[in-house]
Amino acid sequence: MIVADKKPIEEIIEQIKEHEKILILGCNECVTVCEAGGKKEVGVLASALRMYFLNQGRNVKIDEETLERQCDHEYLEEIRDRMDQYDAVVSLACGVGVQFMAEKYQNTPVYPGVNTCFLGVTEKRGLWTERCQACGQCILASTGGICPVSRCAKRLLNGPCGGSARGSCEINKDIDCAWQLIVDRLKALNRLDDYEKICGLKDWSFDRAGGPRKVVREDVQE
Amino acid sequence: MKPKTPSKLEKILADGHMAVTSECGPPRGSDPEVIVKKANMIKDHVDAINITDNQTSVTRMCSLAACIRLKLMGLEPVLQMVTRDRNRIALQSDILGAASYDIFNVLCLSGDHQSFGDCPTGQNVHDIDSMQLIQTVRHMRDEGKFLGGDDIGRPPQMFVGAAANPFADPFEIRVPRLAKKIAAGVEFIQTQCIYDIDKFELWTKIAGDRGLLDKVYILAGVTPFKSAGMARYMKNRVPGIEVPDEMVKRMADTPKEKQPEEGIKICIETIQRLKEVKGVRGFHVMAIEWEDKVPEIVEKSGLYPRPTVV
Repeated sequence: MIVADKKPIEEIIEQIKEHEKILILGCNECVTVCEAGGKKEVGVLASALRMYFLNQGRNVKIDEETLERQCDHEYLEEIRDRMDQYDAVVSLACGVGVQFMAEKYQNTPVYPGVNTCFLGVTEKRGLWTERCQACGQCILASTGGICPVSRCAKRLLNGPCGGSARGSCEINKDIDCAWQLIVDRLKALNRLDDYEKICGLKDWSFDRAGGPRKVVREDVQE
Repeated sequence: MKPKTPSKLEKILADGHMAVTSECGPPRGSDPEVIVKKANMIKDHVDAINITDNQTSVTRMCSLAACIRLKLMGLEPVLQMVTRDRNRIALQSDILGAASYDIFNVLCLSGDHQSFGDCPTGQNVHDIDSMQLIQTVRHMRDEGKFLGGDDIGRPPQMFVGAAANPFADPFEIRVPRLAKKIAAGVEFIQTQCIYDIDKFELWTKIAGDRGLLDKVYILAGVTPFKSAGMARYMKNRVPGIEVPDEMVKRMADTPKEKQPEEGIKICIETIQRLKEVKGVRGFHVMAIEWEDKVPEIVEKSGLYPRPTVV
């Protein structure tokens, strides 16, 4: 899933302080799971903002809504008939949702309420970690199912570097060395010989390097 | 092994001499005299001088410019290149720039992470890794072609090196990793600083059993301790360096004013022992900001005078 983290409320206030009718818009997908932008977080943020503006002696309308998703037309359309009531939206969806919302409602400012962090997993409640950087050309088949692009700080395709110590990355003891994990896993799969296959230069044109990306599937288009 | 390039370092190794290299860190400024001064301290005692490439990710004068300075002094530079800061266009371009000054040695590295340096908020590149940089230089040299496939006018003639750290984890892939670098085309290795000689011997033994020691020249890396504090720092704080407890104790048990001398002594003893290890073809003396001690270390280790090659 896409993992996001809450923005500091001061930053959100700075973004919206000129507005008077604001919709706080949550998303029921990834950001709900990572507890950054679901219905619960919408409620908490809305209450905090109401309190803030009240203390400022300002009468600001703060409404709450949480959509099933903010990355699909059909769900964003659900609020079309209410949008004229607001002069701003704070979207607690990931950066994708914020942008799709902004594209759809050209005349309403849409502000991000979270920082979109990475594609990752819930290791346990309150701990989410990165697993994928969407490089567009998956190499997991040759690395024992562990991704050096997202999990090695230097994204070494032929690691580990000389800084791997006792299973940790040189940049921080709390970060696993991806190549230690890869070696352990290849060993468990009885495929340690695969380690010696050199991974050649990667084609990064499928990554961010190639510019904004598209997946086109004519077979499923209507 | 027959030399494939005009590199003096390669010739010395191919002739069967124990090679000696050292390194100079470029200044944090543009004064060329810093490099000239450091190089003059060591030039008669080493065969080639590495110039580090923004080591520990601290911004410095570029390695290439400092290598050119050495070349203009008639010395033999080893151009260190990290893949952290430049993509494949910039790396190939710098290799050609170095080749235009007849710089004949390159050391391919991935580089320390930028979080250790003076620009921790910067982006890193890592378009290719050190293994692939070895492949890139060999491709440019041997095929005379760019990565993109076009012909290079006057291809680079570089003796290709890389680092190896027998002390990093996981130990079991440290020899396979060396094998991989050899398969990628590496011709010489400069190792991480060696303090734990037993572990280094084990690494070379496994490499020897696989026949790797005949395929690559290994220069054993040594760094003298200036103080007991430095020994402790290297042991506890530098990832991938192992310092045996008794060595730290030996430094700590020495009176403070005698510690630099003791550090040099340990370094010389280490070289003497490493000379007997099969597969060691020379030494890389990294006297960090202590270049003036290199001549003493080289002389007292019996590595002076340096051989001349035609």
